[in-house]
Amino acid sequence: MIRTHGLTKRFGRVAAVSDLDLDVREGDVYGFLGPNGSGKTTTVRMLLGLVLPTSGTAEVLGRPMPASAAEVLPQVGAMVEGPAAYGQLSGRRNLSLYDAAGRGSRSGRAGRVDDALARVGLSGVDRRPVHAYSLGMRQRLGLAQALLTSPRLLVLDEPTNGLDPQGIRDIRALLLDLNAAGTTVLVSSHLLAEIEQTCGRVGVISRGRLVVQDDLDALRGPTGRQLLRTVGATHGERAAGVLGRAVEERDGERLIVRGEDPAAMVAALVGAGVPVVEVTPERRTLEGVVLDATGAGSDDFSTSDHGREGAA
Amino acid sequence: MIRVELSKMVRSRRTWVTILLIDALPSLVAVLLSLTAIGPRPGTGPAFLSAVLTDGTLFPLAALAIVLPLLLPIAVALTAGEAVAGEAQQGTLRYLLVRPVGRLSFLVAKMVAVMAFVVITIVVVAVTAYVLGVLLLGNGEVTAGSAVVPGGTSVSGTTLSTPELVGRTALALAYAILCMAGVAAIALFLSTVADSPLGAALGTMAVLIASTLLFTLDAADVVRDVLPTRYWLAFVDLFRDPVLWRDVVRGVLLQLAYVVVFFGAAWANFATKDVTD
Repeated sequence: MIRTHGLTKRFGRVAAVSDLDLDVREGDVYGFLGPNGSGKTTTVRMLLGLVLPTSGTAEVLGRPMPASAAEVLPQVGAMVEGPAAYGQLSGRRNLSLYDAAGRGSRSGRAGRVDDALARVGLSGVDRRPVHAYSLGMRQRLGLAQALLTSPRLLVLDEPTNGLDPQGIRDIRALLLDLNAAGTTVLVSSHLLAEIEQTCGRVGVISRGRLVVQDDLDALRGPTGRQLLRTVGATHGERAAGVLGRAVEERDGERLIVRGEDPAAMVAALVGAGVPVVEVTPERRTLEGVVLDATGAGSDDFSTSDHGREGAA
Repeated sequence: MIRVELSKMVRSRRTWVTILLIDALPSLVAVLLSLTAIGPRPGTGPAFLSAVLTDGTLFPLAALAIVLPLLLPIAVALTAGEAVAGEAQQGTLRYLLVRPVGRLSFLVAKMVAVMAFVVITIVVVAVTAYVLGVLLLGNGEVTAGSAVVPGGTSVSGTTLSTPELVGRTALALAYAILCMAGVAAIALFLSTVADSPLGAALGTMAVLIASTLLFTLDAADVVRDVLPTRYWLAFVDLFRDPVLWRDVVRGVLLQLAYVVVFFGAAWANFATKDVTD
């Protein structure tokens, strides 16, 4: 659905995005993860033809962008860097303006607007102008705008910004719903938890470069260690004695043991009279993967230290 | 897209407030003239003002001469200056472009909407002025009191028949609209360059003020004939007898050149511009 090769964007001397090879497949819920200022928004803008790449190519729905924008964009719904609307007009009127600017027929307009509003939970919205909306309502309206055309591909930049926990759950359910119905979704975010709960595939961007791109399950694969719990620190100590050098860490009754065969460990421990309450294979966390990939010095995922996106 | 922009313009309350304010000035002048009957001496003050005291049907032209040099260009500069920069600042530009709206059709739609605004404004001003002129200042027949040639008086002192007067008035209005198209093109271009709508509007006004200033400066003779405001008031010549075409024709050509050059520049700049707002 989305494929980029060596996509690069420079603003003056600053490279906002360098040599990016993105690969989003049909049916994915793809999480595009990176700290503020890492080039997420610039990438999304390039995919939508808003920003022209300095070099490299981007294909969306199998067609080159921005050259084929006229054919591609009617099948794409997008929310880029927060919603935007005409503040003095009502939400409904805003959607119908956006719809009129696109390709949709005039006769189906009211229906499309109603559907989109209903999908995001704004169907009961009144004639209030948008400038009187709460942040969460604006965010929902922005999503409704993206859904107007019943797109094959949804590109959403920070879609849960400003939403309360319930709103975040609603949006997550909506995205998974749409995905189940065949819509490919690209969600960019700086929030690990959000990506982890929604996405099946993840790309991590750091300082304009894609450092990780894989299925979430593969990224969170087993580490080859077992997390083992016994009862009380005394047993813990004895367990460490039994398992010997395979034990890598111990904290009271909890042990981290290298080895692929938990059954053998349990057998050995129980044979030695050490009760085992719990054994689970250790998995990598997305956070760990991201920190490993982005390396030292860029582990701060909340601050905008590069200021690129701020300028963009 | 043109329909979208027109509907935005017509539905915006600001459009009508602006038109109302523009219309207020010539209306005030009409009222003052009718109360005091003190006109400027012939040859001074805004064109036609001295003539309207005897012939209220000429007041639409006087009104045009009142709003054209300052009020209308300011309104046009504000409206067209907001066209791209305003949408960008509001964030709506990116959502329009991904609908998708072609960048050229976006600019064309904006230009059309601004010109529609100008046409509405000028028509409103002309109609109000005609009504006020006839009501408050009377028409030539009445004040002349004698055997009655329907129609009006030309600036040259001869009498114009009604169809002639109507035709020339229409021409004058069209000319004024074209002059505003030149202003709109400049503002639209600056709107694709500037980050803020206000910057684009002020930039346009600066151009117009500079042009007006240079026009009065003998040392600026070499550039005088290409100044955007150079022939703005040439529509007065349409009411001479016979019509003095020279400045009007030059004015038309000059304004067309401004529209082509600045709209072209706006397109050239906007077509490849990174939309990062």
